[in-house]
Amino acid sequence: MSKKVYMYKRFERFWHWAQAALIFFLAFTGFEVHGSYRVLGFERAVVLHNYAGFTLITLIAFAIFWHFTTGEWRHYIPTTDKLREMLLYYFKGIFQGERKPVGKSQKVKLNPLQRLTYVGYKIAIVPLMVSTGLIYYYVAHGDIHLRSVKYIAIFHALGAFLLIAFTIIHVYMTTTGHSVTSHIKAMITGWDEVEDEDITE
Amino acid sequence: MSRKVFFFASVFFLVTGVFAMLSAASVDHSKFAELNRSFSKPEELTAACLKCHNNAGTDIMKTNHWLWTRKTDKMPGREGQMLDVGKKNIINNFCIAVASNEPRCTSCHIGYGWKDGNFDFTNQNKIDCLVCHDTTGTYEKFPTGAGYPVDKDTVFPENKKLFKKPDYKFIAHNVGRPNRQTCGSCHFYGGGGNAVKHGALDKSLLDPSKEIDVHMSKDGGGMTCVDCHEADRHDIKGQLFSVSVENKDRLSCERCHTRNPHTQTLFVENQPDRTYDIFKNRLYMREKPEVNFTTRVLDKHTERIACQSCHIKFYSTKHKTKVWWDWSKAGQKTPEGKPKVIKDQDGDPIYDGKKGEFKLVKNAVPEYYWFNGTVDHILVGDKIDPDKRPIQINRIAGECGGPDSKIWPFKVIRGKQMFDPENKTLVIPKLFGPKGSGAYWNDWDWAKSAEAGMKAAGVPYSGKYDWIETEMHWPLTHLVVSKENALSCNDCHSRNGRLAGLPACWIPGRDRSLFFDIFGILLIAGSFAGVIVHGAMRYQAAKKRKED
Repeated sequence: MSKKVYMYKRFERFWHWAQAALIFFLAFTGFEVHGSYRVLGFERAVVLHNYAGFTLITLIAFAIFWHFTTGEWRHYIPTTDKLREMLLYYFKGIFQGERKPVGKSQKVKLNPLQRLTYVGYKIAIVPLMVSTGLIYYYVAHGDIHLRSVKYIAIFHALGAFLLIAFTIIHVYMTTTGHSVTSHIKAMITGWDEVEDEDITE
Repeated sequence: MSRKVFFFASVFFLVTGVFAMLSAASVDHSKFAELNRSFSKPEELTAACLKCHNNAGTDIMKTNHWLWTRKTDKMPGREGQMLDVGKKNIINNFCIAVASNEPRCTSCHIGYGWKDGNFDFTNQNKIDCLVCHDTTGTYEKFPTGAGYPVDKDTVFPENKKLFKKPDYKFIAHNVGRPNRQTCGSCHFYGGGGNAVKHGALDKSLLDPSKEIDVHMSKDGGGMTCVDCHEADRHDIKGQLFSVSVENKDRLSCERCHTRNPHTQTLFVENQPDRTYDIFKNRLYMREKPEVNFTTRVLDKHTERIACQSCHIKFYSTKHKTKVWWDWSKAGQKTPEGKPKVIKDQDGDPIYDGKKGEFKLVKNAVPEYYWFNGTVDHILVGDKIDPDKRPIQINRIAGECGGPDSKIWPFKVIRGKQMFDPENKTLVIPKLFGPKGSGAYWNDWDWAKSAEAGMKAAGVPYSGKYDWIETEMHWPLTHLVVSKENALSCNDCHSRNGRLAGLPACWIPGRDRSLFFDIFGILLIAGSFAGVIVHGAMRYQAAKKRKED
C-alpha cells in the first residue's frame, strides 16, 4: 500500500528546477567558452554564461538561507548508518525486487547514500564551481591579476565534467522510485508516493 | 625712462608673439627676398632656408632621419655597450644593407650626396628641406642619385619614368608642413617599391577608405602622418618598431584613446599638447561608448593585447607586399641578355633576374607574437649561428606575462640571402654600381659582389659564400580600422583561431588541458554506460520476475 505525502515545498521545487535549468544552460554556454563547439559565438556564450552564473549564485544564496531558516539542512547530515545496505541494494537488491533498505518520509527525505552525494555536491562541487567561476570572472573582467587563468579554467572545467556525470546518474536515479516517474512527478507537484510503513508521524 | 621702454617692448613682443602663435601659417614664403632668385643647385636653396631657420640645421643633424642611426646601450645581450643602431648599419633581408649601395639606398635620405662611406654628416647645406616640406608635389629625388633630384629632365631607365628638374623657386614659395605625399614618397616605397617593405604603409594611404585606414580616411579622422608623428624641433616622434632597439619614443594609440578606449570618449580634450588643437576643430567627437560587459572586457584586453592586434585585421589591404625574397634564385636572363622578369596575373613581379624570387601577399592575416617593444638586431659584421635556421635578423623580445609584453601583429618577411660560412657572418652584397665595380646588377657575379660589399662595409670576408634562410619581424601599426572592421572574439578564442600557434598563456576557447578533457569525457561516457547497463539489468530482472 502506498500513500501520498507532501514531500517538497514550493521553494524547494523552485530551487531544484531553477538550479537544474541554470546548470544545463551553464554547461551549454560553458563548453562553448571551453572551445568544444561553436554555436552562439564566443562573445555571446561568455556574456550569457556570466549572467547565468551570477543568477545561480543568487539562487544558491537564497537556498542556503532557506535551508538554515527552515532547518531543512538537517536532511543532509551525513550518516554511515545503513550506507552499506543502500549500496548493496543498488548493486543487488534492486534487481531482485527488494524494497529500499531506507524509506522516505517528510522527516527523513534522503537516504544515507543521497546524503553523502548531496553533501558532497554542496560542500565540494558548488564551492569549487563558484570560487573558480568568480576568480575567472574577475580575472577577465575585474581587478584580479593572475599571470594566467590556466589552472582556474582547468578546475572549473573539471567541476563541469563532474556535474554532468552527477546529472546523468541523478536523472537515472529518479527512475528507481515507487514507479519510474514518481520521483520526477514529486519534484514537480511536491506530492510523493511513499510506502505506508515508512510514514512516521 | 628705460623702464618704460622695457615695458612697452615687453607688451609689443607679447602681443606679436601671441599673434604669431595664433596664426601659424602667417608666413608667405614667396615674399622673402632670399627666395626670389633662381637656384641652380639644391644646396643653394638649403642655405637660403637656413638663413632664417637658423637652428633647423643643428636640429636636423641630431635626428634619425639625418643620421639613419641612433645610440643605444640597451641592445639585448649587449647591454652596457654603446652601439649605433639604425638603417645605416643593420642588415635586412630586402636589399640587405646600405654599405656599398649608397647612391641607390640614399635616394631616400633627407640629404644630398651620401654616395659612399665618406658623406659629411656635419654639412648643413647638404640637408634636403624639400623632400619633407614641398607642398606642390613636384619635387622628386632621383632613385639612384644619392639623394639628389635631377639637374636636367631624365628618364629613369628601370621604369621609364620621367624625372623633371625641380623648379626650386616655385617649390620654395610653397613650402609647408609635411603631408601624406612627402612622407609617403619614401615611407610608402621602402624595399624598392610601393608596399614592398612595411606591409602596412603604402600609397593607399594617400586617400584611403575607412575600411583601409580609419584615421587617415576623409570619412574618418582625415588625419595626416604628422598629426600623430609630431616633431619636436624636427625630431619626429614614433620610431620604427622593427629597427629601433629600445622601447622609447614610441607613438601609442593610448595617447589619444586613453588606456580604456572602449569605455571612454576619445579623450583628446585631455591632451595637453598640440594634438588637441589638431583635433578640436576637425575630428568629430565620438559619442561616449556604451559601458557594458563587452566594452569593459575589451578594455581589460588592452593589458595584454596591443590595440593593433584587433584593429589591424589584415595587412597590405590594397597593395601587395613581399613576404618571401630568395636572392639565391637571381641571375636568370632573357635571350636578349636582360634580367628576366616574371609577373603574376596582376602584373606584380614574382621573379626578377636582378633580385631573385618573391612571394607577394595582399589582404593578409598577420602573424602574432609577444612583444615588449624591445628589439635585438644583427648588425653589420655580427656573428651568426648557421645551424640555427632560419636566422633571425631581428629578435623581438616579449613573453606571456612579461612586463610591457603584449600580443602584437606582425608581417614576417622570410627569404634566402648570402652568408659567409667560414666567418659566420651575413654577407653584404654590392648590388648597385657601375660595370666593373662588382655590383651584381651590372656584373652578375655574386663572388665579386660579396667581395666589394664586404670591403665597403669593412667586414672580413673569407671569399666563400652560401645561401641561408632568414626571417625579419615587422610589427604592424598602420592600416588601423574601426570596431566594425576589427577582429571579433571568435577570431582568437577558438581552437584553430588566429592565435593558435602563440606560445604559452591561457586563451579561453583555444586552450584546454588534454588530460582533464579526456578524463572528463571518460567520466561522462562511464556514467552513461553505467546507467544504461544498470537500467537494462533492472528491466531484465523485472521481466523475469513477472514471468516467474
